[in-house]
Amino acid sequence: MTTRIDTRFAELKKAGRSAFVTFLMAGDPDPATSLEIIKALPKSGADVIEIGMPFTDPMADGPSIQAAGLRALKAGMTLKKTLDLVRGFRKDDNATPIVLMGYYNPIYIYGVDKFLVDAKSAGIDGLIIVDLPPEEDDELCLPAMKAGLNFIRLATPTTDDKRLPAVLANTSGFVYYVAITGITGAAAADASSVSEAVTRIKRHTKLPVCVGFGIRTPENARAIASHANGAVVGTALVDALKNSLDADGRATGKTVNAVAELTAALAQGVKGAQQAAE
Amino acid sequence: MTTAKPNSYRSGPDERGHFGIFGGRFVAETLMPLILDLEKAYTEAKADPTFQVEMNGYLKNYVGRPSPLYFAERLTEHLGGAKIYLKREELNHTGSHKVNNVLGQIMLARRMGKKRIIAETGAGQHGVATATLCARFGLDCVVYMGAVDVERQQPNVIRMEMLGAKVVPVQSGTRTLKDAMNEALRDWVTNVHNTFYCIGTVAGPHPYPMLVRDFQSIIGNETKVQMQEIEGRLPDSLVACIGGGSNAMGLFHPFLDDSTVEIFGVEAAGHGLTQLHAASIAGGRPGVLHGNRTYLLMDADGQIQDAHSISAGLDYPGIGPEHSWLHEIGRVNYLSATDDEALAAFQLLSKLEGIIPALEPAHAIAKVMELAPKRTKDHLMVVNLSGRGDKDVPQVGDILRGKSK
Repeated sequence: MTTRIDTRFAELKKAGRSAFVTFLMAGDPDPATSLEIIKALPKSGADVIEIGMPFTDPMADGPSIQAAGLRALKAGMTLKKTLDLVRGFRKDDNATPIVLMGYYNPIYIYGVDKFLVDAKSAGIDGLIIVDLPPEEDDELCLPAMKAGLNFIRLATPTTDDKRLPAVLANTSGFVYYVAITGITGAAAADASSVSEAVTRIKRHTKLPVCVGFGIRTPENARAIASHANGAVVGTALVDALKNSLDADGRATGKTVNAVAELTAALAQGVKGAQQAAE
Repeated sequence: MTTAKPNSYRSGPDERGHFGIFGGRFVAETLMPLILDLEKAYTEAKADPTFQVEMNGYLKNYVGRPSPLYFAERLTEHLGGAKIYLKREELNHTGSHKVNNVLGQIMLARRMGKKRIIAETGAGQHGVATATLCARFGLDCVVYMGAVDVERQQPNVIRMEMLGAKVVPVQSGTRTLKDAMNEALRDWVTNVHNTFYCIGTVAGPHPYPMLVRDFQSIIGNETKVQMQEIEGRLPDSLVACIGGGSNAMGLFHPFLDDSTVEIFGVEAAGHGLTQLHAASIAGGRPGVLHGNRTYLLMDADGQIQDAHSISAGLDYPGIGPEHSWLHEIGRVNYLSATDDEALAAFQLLSKLEGIIPALEPAHAIAKVMELAPKRTKDHLMVVNLSGRGDKDVPQVGDILRGKSK
């Protein structure tokens, strides 16, 4: 089964460049503005879009993404509305891969089977669920793969060679390498250790490897993208969004552009990178 | 749905950390290798006789165990029913049952060569116990505590700081125990190489619920021996309060297969079950948070809801996974007590027995006040007096003065 993710990475490989992957929170700062922002991303150079599913207790996220989730929840965001958001996006774009990222509980409460049917029909291509390691594959990973969704796994600096085969066993789409031990938006990723890690992961898989956590600037993005098949930026985009809001945390006329402009600058950084040697 | 009755209620968890559908290992990949290491270290320690010998030495001479099983004569007379015994965990060094588990985990941390200890705390009892043992063994200690709890449990904050720990007030979310646990997990995911996460209750990813239960089971094991010595038989019922549920699990577990023993867990009903409360079993349903599947307070979208209890130690929207399982199979009866009921029990025990309980076990006493009068005079009821009330004196004093005005 080929998904939009597989197609997109095949195209990029042909073009000889790495993917620019963006992360923003669904419904931040409100559902309508969030849809406008996500619609603007492909035009600004995003190759793959990750959309956060808001959760009250995001244990792997730093203050920026925690606050983004709380803004979205305050604006009435739910998992059902996140699926609606993707449906809205798909009206005009049937090519850009959409990956939902978040925590398991809202999906578990929605109902795994119902969620997979609704996610697939909404036009979602992949899932990254932070608190579902391979040890819990029966919960969602195996049913998702059966439903034709990519289940994208996080590999981290603590995932050693002994553990990598287990982490990569039931994964598809791409591998998301978490460049640091820590939460989103914390330390900066170091290009040389990232390069080493990506090489190590590639010894175990043919899947593209994207790198995230700690990438903030076009320069960071370029440096990382030259060692990987993709660079993921989240916190920096969420911060740009936040800085465009009014004192009460509401969207202003600048909000959509603030995210689009940073997306464009970061995309330039990624596109300036030499594709990593295969 | 019918759940088959197991041959033993004491055989869990399975190798994947499940008690029925509850428990598990719902953590970020970064932490997965760490909890596997911990499980391995614990398995090795259990097989090493020197580990238990060393533990026993500290339990006796540092913690002050065994804790007495005390016949509460005036409380018994006052209630006019069951014969009530208090398991005096509040007499342990540091003032609560928390030290039993912390000692075990700190000994494991030492075996694993970890020099930096982090912990979450609600009432501060687990934080104080962790700070104490870190001082004793020369380890760095960072305690995460919700900013609301820092405010209402000042005496414990001061104690932790005197013991050399760094107390970090957590400003995110509801600024209570749940958020302290989130923040501790964020620290752990960042400082994986040198840090040991000392979890204070029978919750979190496997192997924590098992490991904490095992270290706390000394409460029930001692009770069994002591009751045999005093009364020549098993007790008829056990009562303990439940936030995450470590003092309750420690008392209950050794008795789970003694079918004549009735077991009662008491959750915090806060302002009442139809209002803000912290009773996950009474008012929640199964979900996934903090590494395990268990009963949680949440909304229709799976978002975790604010808990409320007068007692910071019970102010948590979840419960240990083994309790969720014991509830579903019907071995333990889960009740709840409100803030007001706990306050009344706090005063009653202080005045009748000269023992000021912590607000947490005051919830258990509150249900004893209901259960004991309905039982005969030869009924032996054990209550876990899991902590002393010194930490609550300023808070309760303010409430009582406010009310009496």
